[in-house]
Amino acid sequence: EKSKASFFDKMSKAVAGKAKVDEEVLDDLENVLISSDVGVGTTIKIIKAIEERVARDKYLGTDELNLILREEIAALLSKTNSGDATDFSLPNDKRPYVIMVVGVNGVGKTTTIGKLAYHFKKSGHKVVLGAADTFRAAAIDQLQVWADRTGVPIIKQKMGSDPASVAFDTVQSAVKMNADVVLIDTAGRLHNKVNLMKELTKVKMVMQKTIPDAPHEVLLVLDGSTGQNAFEQAKQFTAATEVTSLAVTKLDGTAKGGVVIGISDQFQIPVKYIGVGEGLEDLQVFNKYEFVDSFFK
Amino acid sequence: MFDNLSDKLDNALHVLKGHGQITEINVAETLKEVRRALVDADVNYKIAKEFTSIVKEKALGQDVLTALKPGQLMVKLVKDELTQLMGGEAADINLSGTPSIILMSGLQGSGKTTFSGKLANFLKNKKGKKPLLVACDIYRPAAINQLQVVGEQVGVEVYSEEGNQDPVAISNNAIAHAKENGHNVVIIDTAGRLAVDEAMMTEISNIHKAIQPHETLFVVDSMTGQDAVNTAKTFNERLNFDGVILTKLDGDTRGGAAISIKSVVNKPIKFIGTGEKMDAIDIFYPSRMADRILGMGDVVSLVERA
Ligand SMILES: Nc1nc2c(ncn2[C@@H]2O[C@H](COP(=O)(O)OP(=O)(O)OP(=O)(O)O)[C@@H](O)[C@H]2O)c(=O)[nH]1
Ligand SMILES: Nc1nc2c(ncn2[C@@H]2O[C@H](COP(=O)(O)OP(=O)(O)OP(=O)(O)O)[C@@H](O)[C@H]2O)c(=O)[nH]1
Ligand SMILES: [Mg+2]
Ligand SMILES: [Mg+2]
Repeated sequence: EKSKASFFDKMSKAVAGKAKVDEEVLDDLENVLISSDVGVGTTIKIIKAIEERVARDKYLGTDELNLILREEIAALLSKTNSGDATDFSLPNDKRPYVIMVVGVNGVGKTTTIGKLAYHFKKSGHKVVLGAADTFRAAAIDQLQVWADRTGVPIIKQKMGSDPASVAFDTVQSAVKMNADVVLIDTAGRLHNKVNLMKELTKVKMVMQKTIPDAPHEVLLVLDGSTGQNAFEQAKQFTAATEVTSLAVTKLDGTAKGGVVIGISDQFQIPVKYIGVGEGLEDLQVFNKYEFVDSFFK
Repeated sequence: MFDNLSDKLDNALHVLKGHGQITEINVAETLKEVRRALVDADVNYKIAKEFTSIVKEKALGQDVLTALKPGQLMVKLVKDELTQLMGGEAADINLSGTPSIILMSGLQGSGKTTFSGKLANFLKNKKGKKPLLVACDIYRPAAINQLQVVGEQVGVEVYSEEGNQDPVAISNNAIAHAKENGHNVVIIDTAGRLAVDEAMMTEISNIHKAIQPHETLFVVDSMTGQDAVNTAKTFNERLNFDGVILTKLDGDTRGGAAISIKSVVNKPIKFIGTGEKMDAIDIFYPSRMADRILGMGDVVSLVERA
């Protein structure tokens, strides 16, 4: 995009013939970060870190600034091991490996499950889906379509039934079926709804009757176009379910998903996947360098 | 947050109290705080900048009344200005057609299908209309089923054509069906789409041209961040929409995107979504939204259901 492509041009002009990064360059940088939803606090932190390095290293060229930026942001993400994974692999010692997928309404939980099912199956794993969203209109039908598309079994009950009971059934069936991985879909819920958050805790706990350390992973899905509210989402879902990883969706749009930088800065949750479309294959393993580069493209 | 901002502004403006007036020098720090508060609330940073310079103009030379803390004076100025920016009076929707055709548009997962159901319910119960819901999302898994369930919940007929891959044809057929069956409102639900998806934007633009809706609504998730301006701009360029719907305001987001969108496209925000249930729809009140963005709470709006 035009405005973004010109960022480094602008910065080049601003630093031409100068020994140090000046106000204007930092302003531009600040604008890019803020307009990517990185958040004021984390943006200031990044700018300060760059200022310090500039003062120390006697900064010269814009190439180097680019590099320093990449390093600084990647360092923030590294605190959580974000971007270290390279493929859709599962730990070897836990079977079935249970992943519970949570998040606010409409972020892409069900779709992400469909894509994960596809990728896990492709890497030779036996997948089972659990339709524990029994609330949203046609939620079960939607997951059923994904089950059909990917050719994996789905455990479901009727609409309105107890989601914890569906989760329980799913885990039990998965054990019987010798499944490698279980993906539990849950209804979208806003994190400020106390009862719905309690229900989620219950869904989580009930699986432990069959597999004591389940769920092995609680995947919080964040919409890449979400702004500062993502912080509250991370906080409240963690409080209710101990979120262990993040997926950021809809990054095929113009939103940059910068809020995950701020979240990595404040929470110890690694980003594992990014959603880049509505198709089966449109899920990628998160790579922090590519992610950082996407801000300045 | 309001107290917080107000306190911060009090501190920043403390020195000028002696002057009895807000001055250029003393207002700078204050405006920085205001800008930060707005950006924290997801107001687009460029718009927040422009906004604070307008507020600055208004603030300069204002007498700081002894009774009022200067911070509160600034907050009031900011609040009034925000309220005005979001469009004074509450805006109604155009139901003049026979039938009136309403087209939904927006990003994936913003709440179009849910809102279609809510609007049908609202028009049926509050305005005595006989709506028809139309399923034009041919992509999302189980999109038609979802609208059918929603239609059932509110007791409104849903028009769909399983297998038809042409949303223009479906909408035209639906309108004909509405005319034959005495429906006086037609609400067309469409697939979610990204503004950068050229093929999908052309698709909705074709639907729009073919059916010439009386009301085109842009549905936005109120948790949207800085990107709200880009999408709103592109959808508006393609559809010249008539109004904005802000959904998921039952959450704790400040909803600064409302300001960004209004500033960029200058279209009224008509309704808000305040829950997943079919009665969770409310008229948009700029003043309440201003309170919310500034963190002054928005309880009234949640209680007073439309
Ligand atoms: N462009 C794009 N669209 C996506 C992506 N992920 C999901 N979507 C779309 O976003 C919309 C919502 O996705 P769902 O998977 O239904 O979201 P959810 O979180 O399960 O929603 P609820 O169950 O209603 O809370 C659908 O239209 C999806 O096709 C993505 O990475 N890119
Ligand atoms: N809490 C809350 N949830 C809402 C509101 N409006 C919609 N939702 C939920 O948000 C999710 C997405 O809503 P949909 O109506 O499916 O969104 P959509 O825009 O039709 O999605 P696509 O067709 O996939 O683009 C669902 O879980 C809805 O129940 C609201 O005002 N409050
Ligand atoms: Mg879902
Ligand atoms: Mg829909």
